Amino acid sequence: MTTASSAAAPLVAGTLIAEQASAQIATRTHQPVDLKLEVNGRRHRLAIDVRTSLLDALREHLAFTGTKKGCDLGQCGACTVLVGGRRVLSCLTLAVATRGPVTTIEGLTGSDDRLHPMQQAFIDHDAFQCGYCTPGQIMSAIGCVTEGHAESDADIREYMSGNLCRCAAYPNIVDAIKQAKPQMQEG
Amino acid sequence: MTAPLARIDGGVNTSVRHDSARGHLTGQALYVDDVPAPAGTLDAALVLSPHAHARIVSIDSSRALAYPGVVAVVTADDIPGKNDIAPIRTDEPALAQGVVLHEGQAVAAVAATSVAAARAAAKLVDVAYEPLPPVLSVEEALAREDYVCPPIAITRGDLDAGFAASAHRLTGEVSCGGQEHFYLEGQVAIATPGDSGDMHVLSSTQHPTEVQRGVAHLLGVPFAAVTSEVRRMGGAFGGKESQATSFAGIAALLAWKTKKPVKLRLPRDDDMRVTGKRHPFLIRWDVGCDPEGKILALDMILASESGHVADQTPAVLTRALCHADNCYWLPNVRLRGYPCRTNTVSNTAFRGFGGPQGMFGIEAVVDMIARTLKIPTDMVRAKNYYGVGQNDVTPYLMRVEDNLIDRVMEELDRAADLKAWRAAVDAFNAKSPVLKKGLATMPVKFGISFNKPTLNQAGALVHVYTDGSVLLSHGGTEMGQGLFIKVAQVVAETFQVDIGHVRLAATSTGKVPNTSPTAASSGSDLNGMAARDAALQIKARMGEVAAEHFGVEPSDIVFKANRVYAGNRSLSFAELAHMSWDKRVSLSAAGFYKTPKIHWDFATNTGRPFFYFTYGAAAAEVAIDTLTGETRVLRAELIEDCGRSLNPAIDLGQIEGAFVQGMGWLTCEELVWDEKGRLRTVGPSTYKIPGSRDVPPVFRARILEDAPNREDTIFHSKAVGEPPLMLAISVWLAIRDAVASLGPKGAVPQLDAPATPERVLMACEAMRAEEPGR
Ligand code: FES
Ligand code: FES
Repeated sequence: MTTASSAAAPLVAGTLIAEQASAQIATRTHQPVDLKLEVNGRRHRLAIDVRTSLLDALREHLAFTGTKKGCDLGQCGACTVLVGGRRVLSCLTLAVATRGPVTTIEGLTGSDDRLHPMQQAFIDHDAFQCGYCTPGQIMSAIGCVTEGHAESDADIREYMSGNLCRCAAYPNIVDAIKQAKPQMQEG
Repeated sequence: MTAPLARIDGGVNTSVRHDSARGHLTGQALYVDDVPAPAGTLDAALVLSPHAHARIVSIDSSRALAYPGVVAVVTADDIPGKNDIAPIRTDEPALAQGVVLHEGQAVAAVAATSVAAARAAAKLVDVAYEPLPPVLSVEEALAREDYVCPPIAITRGDLDAGFAASAHRLTGEVSCGGQEHFYLEGQVAIATPGDSGDMHVLSSTQHPTEVQRGVAHLLGVPFAAVTSEVRRMGGAFGGKESQATSFAGIAALLAWKTKKPVKLRLPRDDDMRVTGKRHPFLIRWDVGCDPEGKILALDMILASESGHVADQTPAVLTRALCHADNCYWLPNVRLRGYPCRTNTVSNTAFRGFGGPQGMFGIEAVVDMIARTLKIPTDMVRAKNYYGVGQNDVTPYLMRVEDNLIDRVMEELDRAADLKAWRAAVDAFNAKSPVLKKGLATMPVKFGISFNKPTLNQAGALVHVYTDGSVLLSHGGTEMGQGLFIKVAQVVAETFQVDIGHVRLAATSTGKVPNTSPTAASSGSDLNGMAARDAALQIKARMGEVAAEHFGVEPSDIVFKANRVYAGNRSLSFAELAHMSWDKRVSLSAAGFYKTPKIHWDFATNTGRPFFYFTYGAAAAEVAIDTLTGETRVLRAELIEDCGRSLNPAIDLGQIEGAFVQGMGWLTCEELVWDEKGRLRTVGPSTYKIPGSRDVPPVFRARILEDAPNREDTIFHSKAVGEPPLMLAISVWLAIRDAVASLGPKGAVPQLDAPATPERVLMACEAMRAEEPGR
């Protein structure tokens, strides 16, 4: 799985600031920056702290709470969104460094409320339990198919391995992806 | 038209979809962290102890308070009520009072206008500590006889006589590790102050009533002043049974102090450092058996690493003892449980609640007997299974009346052909010097009901509106296990309306009071029955209205498929609802249920703690690399008794999910504490839970067919949340089997859990050393 950010991102967002926090640093870096973000086909203008992750920008500033925060450490996949059609961990991506249109789980359903074939497949196969990993699983599954990595069960398991599911709905997730793949390719 | 054959949509015994399916797939289902916060909501962060054991000399909040955006800092001294959130005993503080007892214990909390400010300021709270020596291992606590509650013992028969009659006497020891819940949604709560000292708490909790009680204690207000609510959790697994209370409590304390809504959401690493986990156990035994492996005497010690306070330990340990028999008749037995106190997180409920550890122990014993006597394990097991009508009393003196052990094992054999499977594994091993396969089965008998009789009660509140729609509230909580849809199915079935007419309300202490935690797999048993009781009350009243309308006896009225019939005349359910209102008949009812037949004597640890047992069986095949210790589960076949399943699709998900989670506990999930008592595995990168690649490539789960619960449970279903987790012990036994293939027959592998590559490799080395001529 690729991420759009550099490896230094979590350091900046977490440890460094936290450890060295002082009123002075805080005031300086709290100056909001302007940025434009295209999410689910609509452009948004935001004035936010430069350290804000794409995940927090989506959840806290744009109210797209469908994208979940499982670890905020780039290790669970719950925050997966598509940026320019590629899978990205939004917790590891700075909002200011986001290049390309963002698609979240909220952007999959058509205006007529029709579910995306992957969403429908997740319903058909009971591919979730608590649902917390589900938006990330679905975005990742779409990426997995479009990247051409859903050729076999083993392939799917491998390329979906960055998305943890503590409820372990894994077998049904594999089945769902197999159902959605041909439909996505037709549509 | 008379009552038709038509069935309602979504009644019981159907695989109706999860009620929130669409919400989950579109991102619309709201979890606590997704609920739009009220204006002015503050964010909170915790100050955690860096020491496993230390005296708190002083706490200076001045630098933190000066940080921009900080509104308040609280410590134990700010608590207006009682600093106690203990679920079972007393004296378990929400914020450390004078002393810290584990690394990661909450010492203070900060509220600020942003998460970043709260977390940054938390680092500026200056706490001076005087470190004290910590106790970090079960062995050490055992030697010091330092316990979080009194030890527990279950004894029956005459041990000395049993040993005297035994042809073989074997002693052994094994340990199993803890397990981090790793619910994908971390701990979170939002506390909102209301009128006249009231407090509303939205908390990701399995136990809203305990949150209510905890908050009331801390704030020193009556329970009625606190409302605790939860719509759904993003996983819990026991980790939000008692653990959620402190976070809700601290959020409420800050809300009380600042008079603003406060949200506390832990970062993942803090969540892992602060919260309790599955209890690790050290198990030792002395067992006597006859030449065929029939156990005549068993003396077993089960020592739990309980952490710094009791929390759920007394109950976990009792359940461990009550499952140390698994499926076996133990005529002369002494089981002693030691709740060891350590300076670690407060270990707590986790799916199975001690049951897995107890079963793990007895299976190690049976494995040792079978290998030492060179008799196949399943033959040794068969010699020891509970009988029907004889040899059927557990060590705690409950009769096993619903024995399905033989049946599940037979079904497993039919599905998996164990003999051929064994032959294939042996044939592989004969040709493969480095990669070795192992195969093992696992029978499971698991007791259903809380061990403590009091907890086996539930309430529900059902409203029917004049358009015929139904609103259902009950005391259970939804954490992904499908409880809400199951209870809704019960109500739909009872009223004979389509499931689409039944709406589910968030769980709230304001609607259904004094609830038990959603735990012990009992959610649908208890809440399903309570909801049915409420629905039946309303249905009876509506039936009288219909009888009067049609001029027949109430007993002639039939509710069927969204209509209400009197012979060939009928009304729609909605029409009857409206008519009932018109006639001033109440369409609302509170339902109640208490599990019958159960009782428990805490003095002697005997009684009938369980309403019934569930049964299951599994077989697993693994391959190990004997040069690296790497392990793969290649195939698993499972069969689980769900009674007459309320919802087979949901139950299958529970079976598969529990098995994989159990596999994680026994193989890849390892908690590492350093010599200072600091947890080093604080994220999914270092703490490995099963991922998509770890699921066995051949993985079949089945529900035992045609097996309605003989007890009068909700539509004769059985509980399913926890029992299949223990089927995963087959994986650990299969790894032992693979290791054993390296040594001479009769040698017993030394393998603790989790069977990490390191442990498997060491077990392989030890086993090779047993081979004569090396
Ligand atoms: S929240 Fe981004 S990977 Fe876990
Ligand atoms: S459905 Fe619960 S974590 Fe995947």
